[in-house]
Amino acid sequence: MFTAAKPSITRIALLGAVVLVSACSTPSQPDGINDPFEQTNRQTHEFNRGVDRIVLRPTSNAYGTVVPERARNGIANFANTLNQPADVVNSLLQGRVENAGHSTFRFLVNAVFGLGGVLDPATDMGLEDRDTDFGETLYVWGVPEGVYGELPIVGPVTERHAAGKVVDLFTNPLSTVLEGPQAAAQTAANVASGFGTRYRLSDTIDSILYDSADSYAQARVIYLQNRRFKLGVDSSGTDLDPFEDPYDSLSPQ
Amino acid sequence: MTHFPLSKLSRRIFLFGLGAGFLATPVFALSEASAKTLVERAVADINAVIASGKSEGAMIRDFERIFQRYGDVPTIAISALGPPARSASAAQRSAFAQAFSGYMARKYGKRFRDFAGGRIEVKDTRKRSRLIEVRSIAYLPGQSPFNVTFLVSDRSGSDKFVNLLIEGVNLFQTEKVEIGAMLDRRGGNVDALIQDLRRAG
Repeated sequence: MFTAAKPSITRIALLGAVVLVSACSTPSQPDGINDPFEQTNRQTHEFNRGVDRIVLRPTSNAYGTVVPERARNGIANFANTLNQPADVVNSLLQGRVENAGHSTFRFLVNAVFGLGGVLDPATDMGLEDRDTDFGETLYVWGVPEGVYGELPIVGPVTERHAAGKVVDLFTNPLSTVLEGPQAAAQTAANVASGFGTRYRLSDTIDSILYDSADSYAQARVIYLQNRRFKLGVDSSGTDLDPFEDPYDSLSPQ
Repeated sequence: MTHFPLSKLSRRIFLFGLGAGFLATPVFALSEASAKTLVERAVADINAVIASGKSEGAMIRDFERIFQRYGDVPTIAISALGPPARSASAAQRSAFAQAFSGYMARKYGKRFRDFAGGRIEVKDTRKRSRLIEVRSIAYLPGQSPFNVTFLVSDRSGSDKFVNLLIEGVNLFQTEKVEIGAMLDRRGGNVDALIQDLRRAG
């Protein structure tokens, strides 16, 4: 139910985000990577690697081994369905009305015909997941990317994405409605879904974190490329230009 | 895009004139259609290897052959090495390209197993200055579909891949960072890097 406390938390979060965002004014470097706090970030990266090695990796492997694939997919679908209302809110804030309608239908179809969101009949009907977040909303509003950083547990972020993540904790209208055991179920589904992703991408994540010559630099370049692609940022002319022609760099300039 | 009949016609006349002008000269004309065909052939070859049920070692050797047939490996390798390639000798460059090819096949050949039971559908093509971008979607069992983009160029003399992007993650720029880190670890010694690369992946 609607409570008086939650909107004020939302307001505080928004305020915090605005303060964080106004600190994002540093222009990005022409090489495409703006990482002035690299030394601190590298220390956090080592901490995160330790957390992964000791907690996340073994837990995810146990989860993937013990829980059958169909159940894992069901939990991931359930978590995804519960997050659709947040996607609708962000799509509206971005002025992307078509996406908002798409995610609304996706939510309804999976909730009604997908056993409360455990199944995903919507994707087969062409209502695929159009995942978004408040970080993307800030991008649409013209907030600059800010510096790159690696946060404990959270991992690689840009300042803008980090600010968005804070707001994301409060933008899901369902979270305002769900209380007690229902709210706990939503959190549990999100956490389990995260373990499922770590398990599914185990080989790739292990290769980045444990086999590469510089796992910090790998995580940074992969994150930035993927995030900019997701937002549709034009990286042409930077070191991260995906359409750089290798033959141009071979010929003397 | 919509075209008025007149502009369509004039375009045809223009193209006809262009074609007539080129009749005498053999040119490699990388078209969006030929780039698409290249991707479809490579995808078919990769699928055949996955379906063959061979041992991992045999599959990785097959992937290396596919990588060399469809990709311009020397160019990709030298571009991944970056500025140190300029001061390297011809022998070092060719040894590096060879070691790089094996490294890529081992590192990514293992990943191709994840594609078993999946399919890649080519969506569309676009010109990006002198490159052709072939956009496709990969559908893997139990996963949300994701974007795979191939970049094709004919500047080597024939149509070849020069890059691959998965959800925006650019394979060769990512490897450039990794090769740079490996080289730093060896204090900039290219020969030591080549040795490391022969074992890595």
